[in-house]
Amino acid sequence: MLEIDDIRVGYDRSPVLHGVTVAVPKDGVAAVLGHNGAGKSTLLRAAMGLLKTAKGTVRLDGEDITRLAPHQRVARGMAYVPQGQQAFPHLTTAENLQLVADGRADGKEAIAEALDLFPALRDLSGRRAGLLSGGQRQQLAIARALITRPRLLLLDEPTEGIQPSVVAEIEETILGLTRRGGLSVLLVEQHVGFAMRAAQRYYVLEAGRVTSSGEGGAEAEQTVRAALSV
Amino acid sequence: MTVILNQSFTGISIGAVLLLIALGLTLTFGQMGVINMAHGEFIMAGAYTTYVLQESISSAGVSLLVALPVAFLVAGAMGALLEWLLIRRLYTRPLDTLLVTWGVSLMLQQLARDIFGAPNVQTRAPDILTGNIAVADGISLANSRLFILGLALLSVLALTLVLRFTPLGRRIRAVVQNRDLAEVSGIATGTVDRMTFFIGSGLAGVAGVAITLVGPIGPTTGTNYIVDAFLVVVVGGIGQLKGSVITAFVLGVLQSVLEYSTTVSVAKVIVLVAIVAFLQWRPQGLYTLRTRSLA
Repeated sequence: MLEIDDIRVGYDRSPVLHGVTVAVPKDGVAAVLGHNGAGKSTLLRAAMGLLKTAKGTVRLDGEDITRLAPHQRVARGMAYVPQGQQAFPHLTTAENLQLVADGRADGKEAIAEALDLFPALRDLSGRRAGLLSGGQRQQLAIARALITRPRLLLLDEPTEGIQPSVVAEIEETILGLTRRGGLSVLLVEQHVGFAMRAAQRYYVLEAGRVTSSGEGGAEAEQTVRAALSV
Repeated sequence: MTVILNQSFTGISIGAVLLLIALGLTLTFGQMGVINMAHGEFIMAGAYTTYVLQESISSAGVSLLVALPVAFLVAGAMGALLEWLLIRRLYTRPLDTLLVTWGVSLMLQQLARDIFGAPNVQTRAPDILTGNIAVADGISLANSRLFILGLALLSVLALTLVLRFTPLGRRIRAVVQNRDLAEVSGIATGTVDRMTFFIGSGLAGVAGVAITLVGPIGPTTGTNYIVDAFLVVVVGGIGQLKGSVITAFVLGVLQSVLEYSTTVSVAKVIVLVAIVAFLQWRPQGLYTLRTRSLA
């Protein structure tokens, strides 16, 4: 589905990724794990086109999308939920969702489906996103990404900094999405247990390089924990 | 008392002109953070558009009505072109933007001198706008000033409706709040920037049409108003429409009343000192939005 091949990415002249190769299987989940500063978020930002790749290619279903702008990648079926429960703070919950639905023939249905996944958002439709809690904003962020009906979803630490009761709900929703088919996911996550339950393939990133990779699943959890403890 | 009321109404009409100019700046400066020194020349373009149309349309009333949309389109196109040619390359360099747009401002002034000549020119107001309405003994309101007031309020209403209830308005607000998030939400932010500049500059063109009703116009017509308009946006609160509305009228009335009791220069100094003192006390301006997070 998504093939990230030997990409080198950095901020200004400081390289962060030194030739990273990651593949997301069709209708499957690939998890990227690593410590803070390993380059996980940079990888997702580069895959989405927010950072330019100095070398290497990004392919979506065989098409080279390395030079495409982020909104062009969205039009090709990619969606991205960035780190930090990001929303448009001065737009209401409803406007945050409507913004993505504008211009789509199936906009209304897409919003309704997204709200079915996170029913709590229905009661918050008139509230500005900047006034929502972290968990509510993360639900809004995921709902907003799903309105484009993506084929590939990039999730950057979706459970980071969220209260435990909401974490479980978000984890269940993501697992449910990956099981129903038609959606591939590239997941960056610090919670090894959740990541390995969701993923068919994992990559451990250290200092901008893939140091370990393999088949996912709960049985690989100990291997990944060992790789991360090095 | 009669004098104060007359001065207050004059102040409200000055405020209406300031508001028309500040509306465009609220978008390009207030919302996008671009200090566009050429904004005044878009006002000038709107004013000259009115002048040119009067040369070809004999009825002053018809030409004024035609001038409003045409000036919006002319100034809007100039703004969009400026954004596409220069400003989009300078979004991360505010000082360069200021210098470059100042250079463009000087070039446009010279272009106006070359085309229309250095002396100011006068347009004809329609008969319906040349009289006064007496509202009480000794108090009369100039029709042209009432027209400008109505035009300003209509523009505020139109801009508010566009920003709040249309897809373009939602996109403009989203791009202003978080450009990267807007891009990954599927919004072509470059196109939105151009449309924002088009609307902001177009409103300056409409302000230019209004200015033809209060006096002669020339190559530096816009420059005379631009500093006050920037002050309206800053004092009102960056990107806050209602802040700009209140500030424009308060500054207009304050200036007008003070001018009566002192002189034009002293009134200007007092207003500027008041603004400096206000911004020391409330640097964020009159209005800000409250959020739990700025993410």
